[in-house]
Amino acid sequence: MTSPDSISGAANQADGSGGPLGWLESQRNRLIVLSVMAAAAMLLPLIANNYVLEVMSNVWFYVMLCLGLNIVVGYAGLLDLGYAAFFAVGAYTTGILTSQFGVNFWLTIPAAVLFSCVAGIVIGGPTLRLRSDYLAIVTLGFGEIVRIIARNLEITGGASGLIGIEKPSIFGFEISQIAHFYYVFLILAVLACFVSYRLQHSRLGRAWQYVREDEDAAEAMGIDRVAVKLYAYVIGAIFGGIAGCFFAAKMTAISPETFTFQQSVLILLGVVLGGMGKIPGVIVGAFALVLFPEVFRDLGSSRILVFAIVMLVIMLYRPEGIWPAKKS
Amino acid sequence: MSFQDILLQQLANGLILGSFYALVALGYTMVYGIIKLLNFAHGDLYMLGAFIGFVVLSFLSAFLGDSWTGILCSMVLSMIAVGLLGVLIQRVAYQPMLSAPRLSILITALAVSMILANLVMALTDGEYLAFSTDLGYDGLELGNVFITYTQMVLVGAAAVLMIALYLFVHKTMYGKAMRAIAIDQDACRLMGINVNRIIALTFFIGTSLAASAGIMAGTYYGSIHFFMGFVVGLKAFTSAVIGGIGSIPGAMLGGLLLGLLESYGTQIPFIGTEWKDVFSFGILILLLVFKPTGILGKTEIERM
Repeated sequence: MTSPDSISGAANQADGSGGPLGWLESQRNRLIVLSVMAAAAMLLPLIANNYVLEVMSNVWFYVMLCLGLNIVVGYAGLLDLGYAAFFAVGAYTTGILTSQFGVNFWLTIPAAVLFSCVAGIVIGGPTLRLRSDYLAIVTLGFGEIVRIIARNLEITGGASGLIGIEKPSIFGFEISQIAHFYYVFLILAVLACFVSYRLQHSRLGRAWQYVREDEDAAEAMGIDRVAVKLYAYVIGAIFGGIAGCFFAAKMTAISPETFTFQQSVLILLGVVLGGMGKIPGVIVGAFALVLFPEVFRDLGSSRILVFAIVMLVIMLYRPEGIWPAKKS
Repeated sequence: MSFQDILLQQLANGLILGSFYALVALGYTMVYGIIKLLNFAHGDLYMLGAFIGFVVLSFLSAFLGDSWTGILCSMVLSMIAVGLLGVLIQRVAYQPMLSAPRLSILITALAVSMILANLVMALTDGEYLAFSTDLGYDGLELGNVFITYTQMVLVGAAAVLMIALYLFVHKTMYGKAMRAIAIDQDACRLMGINVNRIIALTFFIGTSLAASAGIMAGTYYGSIHFFMGFVVGLKAFTSAVIGGIGSIPGAMLGGLLLGLLESYGTQIPFIGTEWKDVFSFGILILLLVFKPTGILGKTEIERM
């Protein structure tokens, strides 16, 4: 088995119209599928029970996180192993500001964005100048630092975390039921898709692709590679931070053990599984990530083992993921 | 305890911690030097070394006892087993990825690391295992400072391994081949060096050193856990960066330095042991800002 062959094999299958998803090539078919799926997602709370809604809210939540990490990993080609840290920054910002300072939930979002940005710049600034391997290990260390800080500070509630985070309300309507949160996370996921799509097709998105494929050539063409990577890193951080705010609001309690290295790896797996750099692929990955343990409950704690094996097999035999990006 | 006593006691603690870091960092640096791969699974191979040593020791203790003979034999066996596993991982997971994008091989290494850690977790139910040895607590008393013989033997063993490695790399043909491959793989192939075999040898030596550190840590701390490789892997990487990644003396120096920094660092007021890891990662980040090539590393010129 040689990997160059398997890469080109996967690519051929994807752009050839004869592939299993070939019928999606037509614009009309695509629109039909999309609208059916959108309608299903919108109408789900009318027929589903709370368990299904809980799981599906989780799916939309992971869609947002995975899309955020996808900007760093998929678009810019940087390996971030501490993504849960940004998610933690957002969650703790909302948690601390609402529960200890009585700030309105919606006002904590800009604060979380600000803090995520600062964290992204502090970590990304120095390391993005170096080889990309360093970023991987520094982000890993950063993820641990954030978790240890959250565990040991008084303001973050120590090891037991924060409780009693207020549920948000909008125009006097309190978002409290699981069905409400389902819609909140659905809207967030759709927004994340929209922003990702716009970014991917922007000038910055093309610069990311260029830097990912050939850093030196990109620099020779006048792209500031450090700045471009830093944008990817910071935008990814903002996605994670905002997701964290809503996570804190939904759970009303957060603890440091939510933001472990395992969490970062899970989010990364969602990105890798479906196909790095492609929005539908990442969505498929996030679905697989949440639904798999629900379906195979018996696996229990060995689910990470199964995920890791899947990740290895994907990397060896299908490095572009289940649903790879089309090479243009 | 007086100030000098604290300094001396922490010197002993730091040296032993530093020896573990240095042994693990050596494998990181050797593998990175030769194929430019950050082997994330390296910390988990350290952990696996401790577990295999644990299993072997529990079989051998009936014949050889729980003391140094038994530990030494299980250490040798575990080093061989883990070394072979390292070669297997390199062949199955890394070899096919060498021509793939960097991101893919990093994710592959991460997956291997997760597989090893979670496999051991599944086998041990995530419990701490008591690494029971019979070494006693005798030692040397220097004023108020107490250093056990176990500590001295462990530091000595680490030193022997490191000196042996240094001699191997600098005085033998195989070592010369390793250094040559780190400089130019294609030229080596043209000179008739069996590059794949030397890479396999590098993996074998690097991972068996990590395994030896794992057993020493098990002996020293008295318990082992599936997650013990995670933080040590990170610290060893930090050590390798401090010394200059790719440099073998650098990894030794970096490991000892980080061990000392950590044990002295926890003595500074307000930096208790719970902040130890933050302290080391902080050092790593600062180092990457100001001197990414480390103490003994050379400025790398990327060729196209």
